[in-house]
Amino acid sequence: MHSDRRTFLKILAGTGIATALGSNNSALADIATLRGYPDQFGVLVDTTVCIGCRRCEWACKDWNKLPDQKALREYEKDQAVFQKIRRTNADTFTVVNRFQNPRDGSKHIYVKKQCMHCYEPGCASSCFVKAFTKQPVGAVTYDASLCVGCRYCMAACPFDMPAYQYYNAFTPEVTKCTFCFDRITKEGEVPACVGICPVETMTFGKRTDLIDLAHKKIRDNPGRYVNHVYGENEVGGTSWMYLSAVPFNMIGFRTDLGSVPIPSMSKPFLSLVAPVFIVIPALAMGFYSFKKRRDRLVEEEIKQALEKKKEGK
Amino acid sequence: MDATAVTTEFKPTWVQEKLFLGMTFKEYLRSNYTPFNAVAAFILAIGIPVIMYRLIYGLGPSTNLSDNNPWGIWIGFDMLCGVALAAGGFVIGTAVHLMGMKEYGFLFRPAVLTGFLGYLFAIIALTFDLGRYYRIPYPMVVSWGVNSVLFLVAWHVALYLGCQFVEWCPAIWEWLNLKKLRKIFVKATLAATIFGVCLSMLHQSALGSIFLLMPEKLHPLWYSEYIPLFFFMTAIVGGLAMTIIESMASHRIFSQHIKDHDPAHLDRVTIGLGKATSVTLFAYFFMKAVGLAHGNSWSYLETAYGYWYLVEVLGFVLIPAFALMYAVQNNRVRMVRGWAIVVVIGIVLNRVNHSIIAFNWHLAWADRYVPHWMEVVLTVTVVTIGILTFQWIMNRMPILYDHPDFEPEKH
Ligand code: SF4
Ligand code: SF4
Ligand code: SF4
Repeated sequence: MHSDRRTFLKILAGTGIATALGSNNSALADIATLRGYPDQFGVLVDTTVCIGCRRCEWACKDWNKLPDQKALREYEKDQAVFQKIRRTNADTFTVVNRFQNPRDGSKHIYVKKQCMHCYEPGCASSCFVKAFTKQPVGAVTYDASLCVGCRYCMAACPFDMPAYQYYNAFTPEVTKCTFCFDRITKEGEVPACVGICPVETMTFGKRTDLIDLAHKKIRDNPGRYVNHVYGENEVGGTSWMYLSAVPFNMIGFRTDLGSVPIPSMSKPFLSLVAPVFIVIPALAMGFYSFKKRRDRLVEEEIKQALEKKKEGK
Repeated sequence: MDATAVTTEFKPTWVQEKLFLGMTFKEYLRSNYTPFNAVAAFILAIGIPVIMYRLIYGLGPSTNLSDNNPWGIWIGFDMLCGVALAAGGFVIGTAVHLMGMKEYGFLFRPAVLTGFLGYLFAIIALTFDLGRYYRIPYPMVVSWGVNSVLFLVAWHVALYLGCQFVEWCPAIWEWLNLKKLRKIFVKATLAATIFGVCLSMLHQSALGSIFLLMPEKLHPLWYSEYIPLFFFMTAIVGGLAMTIIESMASHRIFSQHIKDHDPAHLDRVTIGLGKATSVTLFAYFFMKAVGLAHGNSWSYLETAYGYWYLVEVLGFVLIPAFALMYAVQNNRVRMVRGWAIVVVIGIVLNRVNHSIIAFNWHLAWADRYVPHWMEVVLTVTVVTIGILTFQWIMNRMPILYDHPDFEPEKH
């Protein structure tokens, strides 16, 4: 029994290390592939231009065949939606919200929101079945055929963007802006919302060019914009970026997110896996043989004592 | 609980012997008319339709979950608390099998059984939370999201469930009188324990690491780079405290099973467990202070969240640590047991704070999450089924006593 156990321990330790190293290597490799793509596309949203017509919302619903679609006219007429700050939901991938303008009370600020298509997306690093993919064009796409519906991605998105089909009992999906992946991978096509905007609030292009453009705009119009391109560095950078006339926290953006990509938060922990499978079995074996030895010594002592007693008799 | 009135002529069949505790079916049914079972039946009568409602109509109508609050008490309580409080199997297994603390040996089987059931029912509760519960094996067999901490949790919890099953198996084979199988599984116990220690260390801390991805959602007083370590330490505390409570309860409720029930021995062991709990609590408190200093979140202490944080850390960590130390030094067993209950409440509070109360703290109150009554009922139902299963097994298998036909397991 004794030696049996020892061989078993050896085998166990061997497989433990092998599995740990195996899985860990691929884990590291995968994190590396989550890094962004330098040539990817992006969109620059200039919130000082937007007139709040909500055509972009309409175009999004239209292109993605989302439910509750109304005629474009009705969309433009409906100002009541601005009473409340809305967020994206299962049937709406993008929303336009209205904010008070602290500089000029007579003018409102309209802000279109959708998934930011992060450079290193929190949603992708949270998903335990890899339902999200950061595409080389910049879009972060979702594959419903893999999703288990744990909703960790929703919890892990720093912008609270993914929504869930809570009222779909059997095949619920996580929903979010797709960056019109199907459109932008075709030559020359831009996302539906970008295409429909009557005042060119949004500029679609190479992300690096957009960053240059944004800084140029700020430089050329110092009175018009605050000196901050939202999305340039937030959580490591996002594909969608914003310009604003007022500090971003006044128009519904979180300015406390920092510039560290969300996936890197859990990297140190993930790298612990292999060491644990090496160190713990080793320690355990050490403890165990120590214990065995101690037990044997005690046994021998007892035996010797007994023999002495016998001899003494 | 059950009257074992076996008349001399009556010779029980295998089914009667193994399943009906040596009674005829009728007698067995009658023996189940107890107040406890009545309460359980009442809970199931409400709970099972609720479960069906959830499965048929989806999460929307049966929960208060929303796009801003994707996780509720099924994750925060059932999963996080369930797994932390089921750590007893791993803690006692390490002590008995690896460190050779023989005097704790008799706790091993009950601890492993509670651990196994704790995990099993946490997973069952989790299934109801999953939007597509029928895809629960996906992270194992279809697609590996190896970057995800949750992937680690899923795998390790599944493997660990297997380990605990192996550790529990000798008791099953003794019950069914399968000598050969039993021998094999007794040998496998040590391997299962070592593998289980690795898995436990990782998934207990991984459960905390889930929150590492949400620095912007979890209140700074709770968010820390040390979350994995905190979750690991509190799991040990939870395992120890639950073992104290569980051993007290079982030795009371199932005392007729234990031939030479030795309360003095149990008391001695309880004191030992109390001491370990106290030490771990002190270490945890110290680490929490280091975490606070590291995150430099002192200023938050003077807010409402700060007071709540202090309630958790002082009221349910530091005070119990001192109280347990006092109880151990003065050999006050009842006091140890009482404070073990406080400690367990503290663990629950800690997990619920992370997942619900300090979570999404930047949201307006109107957008915050409060559980739906069906969520609560489902949770209570799953816990009830868990307790009934525990009782069913305790009444049949040699968990609290050594089976007379077998040599006791060597630890
Ligand atoms: S279509 Fe353009 S102007 Fe109209 S709401 Fe959308 S971004 Fe603003
Ligand atoms: S904004 Fe959220 S959903 Fe969109 S890519 Fe980033 S993390 Fe993912
Ligand atoms: S809900 Fe789906 S997509 Fe989101 S993390 Fe879970 S499995 Fe992945």
